[in-house]
Amino acid sequence: MVTVLTNTSEFECDESEGGLWTSAQEMSSQLDWALKPEGFCQGDTCVPIPSDRVNEFVQDDKVNLSAFWQHLGRPIVSSTGGDITVLGESAGERNDALLSLSAPDFTLPDFNGKLHSLTDFRRQRVLLITWASW
Amino acid sequence: MQDQDFQIVSVAMDSDIEAARPWVEEASPTYITLVDQNHLLSSLYNMVNVPQAVWIDESGTIVRPTETGGSIDILREFDPEIGGFKPEAQERAQAAKATYLEAVKDWAVNGSSSRFTFNAQEARAHVETMDDNAAEAHAWFRLGQHLMNHGRQEEADAVFQFCREKHPNSWNIFRQTTEKMETGIAAGEGFWNKVMALGEKAYYKRVDMDGMP
Repeated sequence: MVTVLTNTSEFECDESEGGLWTSAQEMSSQLDWALKPEGFCQGDTCVPIPSDRVNEFVQDDKVNLSAFWQHLGRPIVSSTGGDITVLGESAGERNDALLSLSAPDFTLPDFNGKLHSLTDFRRQRVLLITWASW
Repeated sequence: MQDQDFQIVSVAMDSDIEAARPWVEEASPTYITLVDQNHLLSSLYNMVNVPQAVWIDESGTIVRPTETGGSIDILREFDPEIGGFKPEAQERAQAAKATYLEAVKDWAVNGSSSRFTFNAQEARAHVETMDDNAAEAHAWFRLGQHLMNHGRQEEADAVFQFCREKHPNSWNIFRQTTEKMETGIAAGEGFWNKVMALGEKAYYKRVDMDGMP
């Protein structure tokens, strides 16, 4: 089993044939990408599966997360032992998001562990400001 | 300054929440104070240092992209003889802070009609983009943080070393992952060597705002 990390989630996944295979349902709940006849879809955005390489991405009810992530051009990094894999975000998508001027949403805890999202403050102007102890 | 129209959201970029907690307790802020152990905001908003500030309007639109807020680059004006920054550098730093604070107040009161907000074209021109190595470094940082949280410090250190090499412009990665002094501040020899190696480059990029020194 491999522990898969994204910005917002952590889950376990089977590794075989050089890929991270999981159920389409798990992919949908953990990564918010759904397997549809059009391909892999997030909201209205669908990424078609190359017709000559379907087996690399989908087999029975399983999907290959690492193959899909590579197909999106996003970074994948792993621990030396291969037991932990991070599915990262690409510079291009990050830059496009910032250039859209739509503030990227996030959910983070306060110092009492209560979660807050940027979108909780819609209808207010927000001064987002970072600092650190170091 | 806060009211129903204006909210300050302060985020500590700290791997260890307990390192940040005393600062929060001492300040006992009235605004929202969050902690970002994985440095998610570095990745989302392309932040490479602290402090960094972003102005977001009522509709969730960025009207001032990531910038240094009220801080300016005076690090190399430290005078060892007086054990502090040169007086003229201190004056500039205070002026920068005051200018930025006045701008924030103006925006808090006047909203989109504040002269300190950017229109869409200006805002886009002020967005700094990241490269592939930086994006990959953020993924490595997530891995290093996970390893550290699971007691695998040696592996984490190797991963963090790799992060620093992949994204050398990130002071957030450098200072978070290198050795701290007894005070918990990463301002030892390694930090100063890196600052001095900046050459013409700024530690804090100047904020593009009327009245900023």
